[in-house]
Amino acid sequence: MNPYATPLEKVWFWAFRLFCVGVLVFLIVPILVIVPLSFNSSSFLSYPLAGVSLRWYHELFASDEWMSSIRNSFIVAPAATLLATTFGTLAAVGLTRGNFPGKAVVMGILISPMVVPTVIVGVGMYFFFAEQHLLNTYSGLILAHAALGVPFVIITVTATLQGYNYNLSRAAASLGAPPLTTFFRVMLPLIAPGVISGALFAFATSFDEVVVTLFLAAPAQRTLPMQMFAGIRENISPTIAAIATLLITLSVCMLLTMEWLRRRNEKLRGSGI
Amino acid sequence: MQKSMIGVGLCALSLAVSGLAQAADITVISFGGAAQKAEDVAYYQPFNASGAGKVIAGEYNGELAKVKAMVETDNVSWDVVEVEGPELLRGCSEGLFERLDWSKLGDETQFIKGAVSECGAGIFVWSTALAYNAEKLAKAPASWADFWNVKDFPGKRGLRKGAKYTLEFALLADGVKPADVYKVLGTKEGVARAFAKLDELKPYIQWWEAGAQPPQWLAAGDVVMSSAYNGRIASAQKEGKKLEVVWAGSLYDLDHWAIVKGSKNKATAMKFIELSNKPEYQKVFAEQIPYGPTNKNANSLLDPKIAAGLPTAPQNLEGALAVDTEFWTDHGEELEERFNAWAAGK
Amino acid sequence: MDTTPTALPLSDDGVPLKVRLRRAERSYKLRSLALIAPLLIFLVLSFVLPISTLLYRAVDNHELADAMPKTVAALDGWDGNAIPAEPVFVALATDLRDLKEAGRIGIPAKRLGYEISGFRSVLTKTLRKLPAPDAQNVRDVVVDAVPEWGELRYWKAFERAAKPYTPRYLLASVDREVNEDGQIVVNESSAFVDIFGRTFWISGVVTLCCLLLAYPLAYWLSVLPPSKSNLLMICVLLPFWTSLLVRTAAWIVLLQSGGLINGGLQALGIIDQPLQLVFNRVGVYISMVHILLPFMILPLYSVMKGIPPHFVRAAVSLGAHPFLAFWKVYVPQTIAGVGAGCLLTYILALGYYITPALLGGPDDQMVSYFVAFYTNRTINWGMASALGSLLLVATLLLYVVYGKLVDNTGQSGRK
Repeated sequence: MNPYATPLEKVWFWAFRLFCVGVLVFLIVPILVIVPLSFNSSSFLSYPLAGVSLRWYHELFASDEWMSSIRNSFIVAPAATLLATTFGTLAAVGLTRGNFPGKAVVMGILISPMVVPTVIVGVGMYFFFAEQHLLNTYSGLILAHAALGVPFVIITVTATLQGYNYNLSRAAASLGAPPLTTFFRVMLPLIAPGVISGALFAFATSFDEVVVTLFLAAPAQRTLPMQMFAGIRENISPTIAAIATLLITLSVCMLLTMEWLRRRNEKLRGSGI
Repeated sequence: MQKSMIGVGLCALSLAVSGLAQAADITVISFGGAAQKAEDVAYYQPFNASGAGKVIAGEYNGELAKVKAMVETDNVSWDVVEVEGPELLRGCSEGLFERLDWSKLGDETQFIKGAVSECGAGIFVWSTALAYNAEKLAKAPASWADFWNVKDFPGKRGLRKGAKYTLEFALLADGVKPADVYKVLGTKEGVARAFAKLDELKPYIQWWEAGAQPPQWLAAGDVVMSSAYNGRIASAQKEGKKLEVVWAGSLYDLDHWAIVKGSKNKATAMKFIELSNKPEYQKVFAEQIPYGPTNKNANSLLDPKIAAGLPTAPQNLEGALAVDTEFWTDHGEELEERFNAWAAGK
Repeated sequence: MDTTPTALPLSDDGVPLKVRLRRAERSYKLRSLALIAPLLIFLVLSFVLPISTLLYRAVDNHELADAMPKTVAALDGWDGNAIPAEPVFVALATDLRDLKEAGRIGIPAKRLGYEISGFRSVLTKTLRKLPAPDAQNVRDVVVDAVPEWGELRYWKAFERAAKPYTPRYLLASVDREVNEDGQIVVNESSAFVDIFGRTFWISGVVTLCCLLLAYPLAYWLSVLPPSKSNLLMICVLLPFWTSLLVRTAAWIVLLQSGGLINGGLQALGIIDQPLQLVFNRVGVYISMVHILLPFMILPLYSVMKGIPPHFVRAAVSLGAHPFLAFWKVYVPQTIAGVGAGCLLTYILALGYYITPALLGGPDDQMVSYFVAFYTNRTINWGMASALGSLLLVATLLLYVVYGKLVDNTGQSGRK
């Protein structure tokens, strides 16, 4: 800080910092607070903890409902991620190759699943999928989640492609590589960080999606968020805290992966490729 | 990584296909919670053991929209659903449920009034009543008028979010006799009267949607009184909570089994309903959760102590009111909309 | 690409260079489009089309025509001045008999009940007193048994419900209805205008709160050395990556009357009675701000990161008061980020459903809640579609503005 600051400036400086730290605390505290409660030996969601135990995790893993919902989420989310990432990456490559008439409109459509309110997506798909016999099926759920994940893949991959030097593809092509080989051997390795982060976003979207799922899924396809929604509505038990802790761990893993990818990407750019 | 993802995708597809292949089993959808656990013990397990088929249990929150979408698009994947009275009538008149052949379901004369109907078979009688926490209230409330009395009983009250049951309670609190409630509610003035009574209590109401909420709120002291399903209060009592039920002014109704129109397993579904109509299984159900049996013969099998806690016990029926399902079929939609507008601040 | 531009107008094989270039460009463009096509087709089929059916359902009115085709056909061309003639009544009786047979009387009863609330019981009454299939003077018999059929307003309501398209759901979404004389009047007992107003208001308050909290924080993060700011950024990104339901559950645990905040305040002796923080507007605001805050911080941060600090320093060195310098020099450079962040937050807030449903009371519910209510509870799909369509239009309009804003500045958020 400026050593010649007036007292008022000093007050302002510290008030400003305090405010910012306050906002950070507001952001992080709710997430941190729920973790210790999952290890509480009593059934009350309050501090101080009565004792440390894993009983709520035992209960979680012993419950058919929770386990089948976790299984369902691990069926739907990867499949939706695969669909969204494959189509999304191809389209992003097409979008960055040059301009064509109507590009803005196409881009608008591709990003729209992110902004259309999920209830509207849910109701619209509910009517439409019923007619197509996709209601209450895994396939319907996967298609819906893939559509919701697409914008994130498009955004991250186009952003990465902006740093991609198309002369590399041209060089490969001029050396006689067919387009597919060029894509898999030259372009994909270089844009991989963008593709993987897009895939992570798509995965997180599907893994967290509850509104559209409430409309489209039958009890047999009950996903983890659906089970959580029902649980929160009925009774916030420490089991919810246990599953929340597991999900927070998953978020931390995804966050670390993203950070690693970002650094890798920066390094690659820094090295002049 | 790509390969394993494709593997998972294929696995997902094959699971979707195998879901279609298990045609011999029946999917039974109920409301979940404690009642479903009791149904599992009393009906699903004996049915599975009987060799007639296997029950795949599921749950929903009583909304007919899914059933309607399935029937309309001829995409029926549920066989038997648990429904409340008004939904049963409505679904029956809109062609969502199969008509039942009662000659296959047991002796019609054995059942209480309302249990035998065109599309439904009564499972049990439940009651929604005034409940309170005896530890937190010095004086016990005795009626819905006390529920509205915020001077002598200060604090928040829980009511179910929706017009159904809430309007009846408002009229009872306003001094309408149980027998006249639906007559009054059938008129414009009566509806206005009920909403005016609700206006009085509006700032004190905390609305619940899930049946598990009232006992929790009562136990935690969030509310001093609440409307609640008697079965939920009974399970809280079992856990040692000092919750009490006021039977006078309670509303009772039946939940029914219905078969979804176009079910591919109608014959098995009929066998399931036939089994759950039998007194020996209904007795087991009432032992699990205090909801009254629909088969009159089950009462004599029950321990008198348990029978006394059921909504169908004579002393509990005194001053209680049967939900008029036909009234709610005719006016439900209109009144729920009006309730929404009222709750939204108009 | 194999030809280099030269002064020669012709390439090796004699084709004008311009033509070859255009051809090459066209095939390049076509290949680009071919790459986009699979996704576009996928999205159109699984996303755009379903949402379009929603718009269609908002005006679709086929229930009555499907359920009572004979009556609807017989009524075609009716002048509306007198009670319809015998053939219409014969058709009515036939339709009702068919409906009774099929057990589907509830479908037309429900639709007609929207027009006149007593119409449902008129149908069921008629059903009980239907004349025999070969009866004569069906009209007199029916009107005798159920006098409502002799009233013009019932037939007018029937005709309105028989049209293939109807404005009633869209009108009802803005608290309007067509009265018996065919005029559009205000429906006093409906509250959708208020509910739309509330949706816009809650979104506005949440956006404003997010901006007020995010702006200083984003500024601080952008001026800190990267090692520190990266560390603090975790506090922003972790909530961003954490499941919405986890965060909602956490807020309920914190805010409920026996919860941590009330417990803490009571232990400190600040309050005697627990504060009501959930199942009301306060809970909705707190949790929505928490959930949407990263969407505001990240675009602001990325804009601020790109602003060189020496502009403000220059202004200060020229004698401007630091606050004035900040306000006049720095803030204008962040306006694009503020606009993008606010619009994104606002658009996302408009569609919120889960958070108000779990943390709000009945007077805190936004439009989405009622879309779900009509879809699932009362199965009034026309109404659900109409409310949804209006919300969709509002969102898309804002989205177009957002697109323009982001395009013009070339800035886009990190998400």
